[in-house]
Amino acid sequence: MQVHDFEKLWLGAALLLIVGFIATVTYGTVGAGVQMVDDSGGQIDPQAVQQSNTGTNFDNPGVVKQSDDHYVVYVVAQQFQFVPGTGDNPIRVPADTRITFKVTSADVMHGFSIVETNINTMVIPGQVAEVTAKFDETGTYGLVCHEYCGAAHHEMGGSIEVVEKSNYTYNGTEVQN
Amino acid sequence: MVFVDEYPKTSKLVRRQFIVAFVALGIGALFGIVQALHRTGVFRGLISSADYYTLLTGHGVLLALVFTTFFIAGLFGWAVTSSLQQELPQRVAWWAFRLMLFGSVLATVAILGGVMGAPSILGQDLSADVLFTFYAPLQAHPLFYVGAALLIVGSWLAGLAYFKSLWQWRAENPDERIPLQAFMVLTTMLMWYIATIGIAIAVVGFLLPWSLGLFDNINPLLTRTLFWFWGHPVVYFWLMPAYLLWYTVLPTLSGGRLFSDPLARVVFVLFLLLSTPVGIHHQYVDPGIAEGFKMIAMTNTMFLLLPSLLTAFTVVASMEHGARQRGGTGLFGWLRALPWRNPAFTGMALAGLMFAAGGFSGMINAGMNINYLIHNTLWVPGHFHLTVGTAVALTFMAGTYWLWPQLTNRQLYSRPIGLAQVVIWFVGMALMSNAMHVMGLFGVPRRTAEPQYQGFDFLASFGSITEFRLQLALGATLLFISTVLFVGNIAASSGTPKRSGHGRPLSQPLSGAADSPAVLDNLRLWFGIAMVLVVLAYTLPLVSIIDGGGLLGRGVEPVPVIAEPLTTLAEPLSAAAEPITEWAKATLGGVLR
Repeated sequence: MQVHDFEKLWLGAALLLIVGFIATVTYGTVGAGVQMVDDSGGQIDPQAVQQSNTGTNFDNPGVVKQSDDHYVVYVVAQQFQFVPGTGDNPIRVPADTRITFKVTSADVMHGFSIVETNINTMVIPGQVAEVTAKFDETGTYGLVCHEYCGAAHHEMGGSIEVVEKSNYTYNGTEVQN
Repeated sequence: MVFVDEYPKTSKLVRRQFIVAFVALGIGALFGIVQALHRTGVFRGLISSADYYTLLTGHGVLLALVFTTFFIAGLFGWAVTSSLQQELPQRVAWWAFRLMLFGSVLATVAILGGVMGAPSILGQDLSADVLFTFYAPLQAHPLFYVGAALLIVGSWLAGLAYFKSLWQWRAENPDERIPLQAFMVLTTMLMWYIATIGIAIAVVGFLLPWSLGLFDNINPLLTRTLFWFWGHPVVYFWLMPAYLLWYTVLPTLSGGRLFSDPLARVVFVLFLLLSTPVGIHHQYVDPGIAEGFKMIAMTNTMFLLLPSLLTAFTVVASMEHGARQRGGTGLFGWLRALPWRNPAFTGMALAGLMFAAGGFSGMINAGMNINYLIHNTLWVPGHFHLTVGTAVALTFMAGTYWLWPQLTNRQLYSRPIGLAQVVIWFVGMALMSNAMHVMGLFGVPRRTAEPQYQGFDFLASFGSITEFRLQLALGATLLFISTVLFVGNIAASSGTPKRSGHGRPLSQPLSGAADSPAVLDNLRLWFGIAMVLVVLAYTLPLVSIIDGGGLLGRGVEPVPVIAEPLTTLAEPLSAAAEPITEWAKATLGGVLR
């Protein structure tokens, strides 16, 4: 089979581009430490989530302190609100601190994305999505459900208030683990 | 000889398929403009925000499934017939068409039930506001799933007609190479058979019996994964027919010849092998799927760029060859020698140009970690309106300008309108898609009737959100005008006088099939390897999803979606539709009981 010289050159360049892409993504994962949402959150019964009967922190969702440098935020997504997050119940977390969001659904599929950040995950009934991030800047961030979840999907949003670490007051109980 | 004179039976079938495709295109585009004006806030008087999702479902299903599948069936029927030089086996081909049509009508009726007050049919509210992806546990009326299944089964039968034609031809030509167009059709259909395994299991195995109440629970991650098993290769099912036109018709339109037949075959074999084991890249941010599986899908996806990059080379090289045959000279000066006044040529060339932009935004989507920034934002529809919405749709429309006269013996009503139409599409899509990409980067979500929230505003890092909203609405308006011009031009062509002699034979490639190794035509071999790759890519993820969430998810209850008709439009509409729904109830009830 005869392949024109220009075409060979193009083929080589195309392969180089492809290998380059794979290398940068691999670097992002291994070097820069951008972890993908994965199966680490485990499974949960959505009916139990709905009835606050899971025996986990999802029964009373909110911010749970693990240590001075690590907080976990449990969020239940349901038609058409985030608990906490929506309306006058924003999520409050400190800046410059490791924050792990654990999000699950009580009914249908939802999305969980924090505007102007790369915090972005699907929320699938039966699964717990887990994302860890650190907010460098204080301020109010928008929270959006980005997967269609029913007739009032467009009303499902919320906000996250990120405050100075020194000004942050934690009201809940500290959890040891 | 003109196609219609030589193959009148297949011509009739292809015309029917194209007409269904164009009706779907017109309705889908109408839904599109209503949505664009609604979500940008330019005009919200026509529908309620709940009805937005009904129209969005209709837009996705009618354009991405009905328009594409019917057009492809017609195009493939033409390609197989003209390259094997015999009529299609008529019985199978017509039954395929009838099944596909029946399925499409059922699905469309189920969707439109949502804006007609969701009348009760077969004991359930007729509604299917589940969008193109129909993710469980959102639940549609069973008719929606039946319709989707019939459309797919019909497409399988259409493929059978092409294969029967090949076997018949093979018996008479035992030693010949498969003609290039037939080869492209058959590799595409083999890819389609593999891809549709996923959606067939999801719809027939889970969603349909679940919607009929045979079981209550469902594993949403499992049906979602099966959807994307099909949901990525389907984009190649749309794209490969466009490539067929770029490889085999565009060189002739340019006045030249295809650069290389063997490399065209290599490209289609690569698509057959790599299209399916990549679907998990739509699930990069799904919980419940291990990172390793996502990494494998990412690697496969990147290699899937190869056949498209090779196509870019061949298409441009063939166009340059044509331009130089027409007297073009210079490093870039040859571009002026191309037949820019021909709407068929210009449409395909602009579609190809826009596909380059769509390819680049696709590379961003494929980049697993950058994908965090754009997943489910408006960037994503911005991307696929460049690919399926332009590379595919505009190529199909341009191809129609060339093919329609050969199917009808009537010339096009107006070539200048055709030329204006393809240019307006290009400009409209450039505006709309640019605005969508940019707003996506600012975090504006897709699939949302009113992307405005309490408590925060989207911040534009350049320009302003209002400006991009208007740009989106303006682009969408131009696209709608373009669609009307296209459908109107084809409809008006039925009034032009009949005369024979349209079309000319396609030019032969510079490097012919004889230059390629015969193993390329061994379809069994490539099908086998493709199946092995799919089994390797999907067995472990599916096992772990079932292992984690159960075959039928524990505690996941169905959630039927009914949009309340609230607006001024919906009520007269539902009143006007009452006789139709009554009739549908009576007939369907009678048929199905």
